[in-house]
Amino acid sequence: MTSSSPSPLKCRRRGLFRRKLTNWFVIAISAAGTLIAAVFLLWILWTILRNGMHSLSLSFLTQPTKPYGIPDGGMLNAILGTAVITLAATIMAVPAGLLGGICLSEFSRDSRFGNAIRFSANVMMGMPSIIVGLFVYTLLVMTTGNFSGFAGSVALAIIMFPVILRTTEDMLCMVPNALRESALAIGAPRWRITLAVVFRSARSGLITGVLLAVARVAGETAPLLFTALTSDAWPTGFFTQPTANLTVTMTEYATNSPFETMHVRAWGAALIITFAVLALNIICRTAFREKKA
Amino acid sequence: MTTDSPIDEQVKISVRHLNFYYGNHQALFDNNIEIYRNRVTAVIGPSGCGKSTHLRIYNRIYQLYRDQRAEGEIRIDGQNILDPSMDLLELRRKVGMIFQKPTPFPMSVFDNIAYGLKLHYKLRRSEIADRVEESLRGAALWDEVKDKLRKPGTALSGGQQQRLCIARAIAIRPEVLLMDEPTSAIDPIGTSKVEDLIGELKKEFTIVIVTHNMQQAARVSDYTGFFYKGVIVEYGKTSELFTKPKQKKTEDYITGRFG
Amino acid sequence: MNKPAVFPQSGPAKGGPGGTPLSDKIFRWLAIGAAALAGLLTIAFFLQLAWHSYPAFREFGPGFLCSTQWDTAEQKFGAAFAIYGTLVTTAIALLIAVPAAFLTALFLVEIAPPLLSRVFGCALDLLAAIPSVIYGMWGLFVFVPFMQTHVQPFLSDTLGLSVIPLFDGPMTGFGFLTAGLVLALMSLPFMSAIMRDVFRMVPAVVKESAYGTGATTWEVARDVTMRYGMQGLLGAVFLGLGRAVGETMAVLFIIGNSEVISLSLYDSGATIASVLANKFAEAEGLAKSSLFALGLILLCITFAIQIFGQLWLRKIRKNSGGGL
Repeated sequence: MTSSSPSPLKCRRRGLFRRKLTNWFVIAISAAGTLIAAVFLLWILWTILRNGMHSLSLSFLTQPTKPYGIPDGGMLNAILGTAVITLAATIMAVPAGLLGGICLSEFSRDSRFGNAIRFSANVMMGMPSIIVGLFVYTLLVMTTGNFSGFAGSVALAIIMFPVILRTTEDMLCMVPNALRESALAIGAPRWRITLAVVFRSARSGLITGVLLAVARVAGETAPLLFTALTSDAWPTGFFTQPTANLTVTMTEYATNSPFETMHVRAWGAALIITFAVLALNIICRTAFREKKA
Repeated sequence: MTTDSPIDEQVKISVRHLNFYYGNHQALFDNNIEIYRNRVTAVIGPSGCGKSTHLRIYNRIYQLYRDQRAEGEIRIDGQNILDPSMDLLELRRKVGMIFQKPTPFPMSVFDNIAYGLKLHYKLRRSEIADRVEESLRGAALWDEVKDKLRKPGTALSGGQQQRLCIARAIAIRPEVLLMDEPTSAIDPIGTSKVEDLIGELKKEFTIVIVTHNMQQAARVSDYTGFFYKGVIVEYGKTSELFTKPKQKKTEDYITGRFG
Repeated sequence: MNKPAVFPQSGPAKGGPGGTPLSDKIFRWLAIGAAALAGLLTIAFFLQLAWHSYPAFREFGPGFLCSTQWDTAEQKFGAAFAIYGTLVTTAIALLIAVPAAFLTALFLVEIAPPLLSRVFGCALDLLAAIPSVIYGMWGLFVFVPFMQTHVQPFLSDTLGLSVIPLFDGPMTGFGFLTAGLVLALMSLPFMSAIMRDVFRMVPAVVKESAYGTGATTWEVARDVTMRYGMQGLLGAVFLGLGRAVGETMAVLFIIGNSEVISLSLYDSGATIASVLANKFAEAEGLAKSSLFALGLILLCITFAIQIFGQLWLRKIRKNSGGGL
């Protein structure tokens, strides 16, 4: 034995049994917790399916909503309205988000400006959607005096914008520098390089990011309460009139209506929006996984 | 197999007919080897020959991964550790492991070493402090870090981190130390300190070291096994294996003709 | 965040011999303008809300924060009840969701076999994707009655918790507890997803060496994985917190919407967001301004959560001395 070599241990061992018991206990409750979360998902989906199936009929899908008290009526104007509002939001948010993401990843990666923008985008992403609605209300509804679908689109675009911006930055940062350099070496101007080379190699990630952002805002309600409101008309007055949409209509029918038939129609709307959003999510995830594999 | 047990050695680990599979792919073929007590045994061979795989069976760390499995027998002091009834926590207390990269835990230097102690033993605060110092001295690190015990383990240099990992491993008094290319990620000065340390540690522990560096194997080990494509080609005293190898393959490898 | 700069900040593109081509300049300024939008919008949020809430703050002063009154007839408004409701529901949500998110992430990454992990991971992702208004509707028509007939009687009578004022009161199913539970359910998958990523970021060799020390799965998770990914885990908690604080629709449907501060978790109440959604349509003049003031408060709270979160993460990062 040398001075550096330790002497044999003569001390109390900690009980293996207790450590293992704790381990199994944690494993058991973590499995149970995951199972419970999955049960809640099934519970919610089952509720929507069971209640929503009743209302799914041809007239539900082809008729517009009718004023309170009229027993029949559909959802088509709200479906179209949601589609139009979301589409317009996407058209506004995607170019701005992409350009902003390019700026962060290509022009100001480590600058003070870049860090400030990154911080702002993070803050915006964490901002409650109802605040966005309130903000757009002061900006577009108070000044024009009209609720409008367009105001709703702006609100949704503001929610989408930071998400797309950060996704773009992350995706572009994964593009290897060698690719940029070799394109520059050919002598192409910068914007061409970015659009052609960099974007193309990050394309699938970007599309997934945009679609997930769309899925996220398509189901938003709170910002539309202050902007698009809802209406029984077709979404023709998109820029000047309250515009029908699934989520606000659903909220109205579920909370402010004593009529059972309207509750049923609210469930129908819930069914449409939920499965549209979930389908979009599933498509993105499976497509992206295939790309990775 | 090419050696008979020397009479003056005590067998610590005895491996019999060991086969290993990654899913359907067989990585080790009928490995047979005897590791002697208080000796340093080096495992050499070209990359991908299965030497790390072999080592990782001794403490059954491979079992973290679902599709890996081992067949055969590994007896440590006569007890078959591949037996399903073998207690993994107890096995890993007895068989410590040092990895290719230094892996300090995200805690202070002191806590890194105290961690394993607290897992396995009920100790008073002063006893823990004593053992931490003892282990750091044992790993020839005490003088360098005695003023930095509260600093995060990751703040040390690469060589120091690796000796910290050695100190952490010896703190819980294992009987066997497994080292998987312990110097491949650290600088030459750190390497020579770790090599010196290995010479000291064998007085107390049985050491198995995987290395891709033949000079290192020659410097630190008493016995050497040469692996090629999952097979133990030759095993014997280091001095003999490097000077007069019995197999053509071994000779080709140690003279640098391949690998 | 220390990504190396790809190109020099300014300086001529290598394309044109005579300096930057005009197209590049335009492109560059477009990109910078779009990025600046993020900063400008953040500032604009504060300015707009501050501007429109000014009348309320001028009228009520700092007392606005402490007053519980919301009286349209007398034109007296205060924020205390809404702030209280927000705090209580968020606290309930985090108390449940944080450990649950950690455990589910642990299960999916470290324990479950690959197939199970895929299936349940997908389930959690979908749970996170469900729009909040759906949680609200499900809460209103399914979960509130369930709470009323099963959970609340169980807590108060079977477990005898009604001796504590928190669990004493009329069991309507609506109220703080139900809202907090639904918020927990909503933020759980969100936090869990980030925590899963954090767990996956811990290098396998660090985990292996912890197992090599003879630690159990739980000990490795608690002492190594958790510490290693602490910054990410805290980030997840803060993002979840931000979500729970500002969630509107789910809460609106089930909290009962009354302007009271009550110790009982069974009582109806309101959160800042639910008050905004509930009262905004009919509000005029001072009431509207007061609602803007509530919005400003909510904005400041979420902003503080973000700042606090990011500073805290930086501190942790320094303490643990960075990763490997």
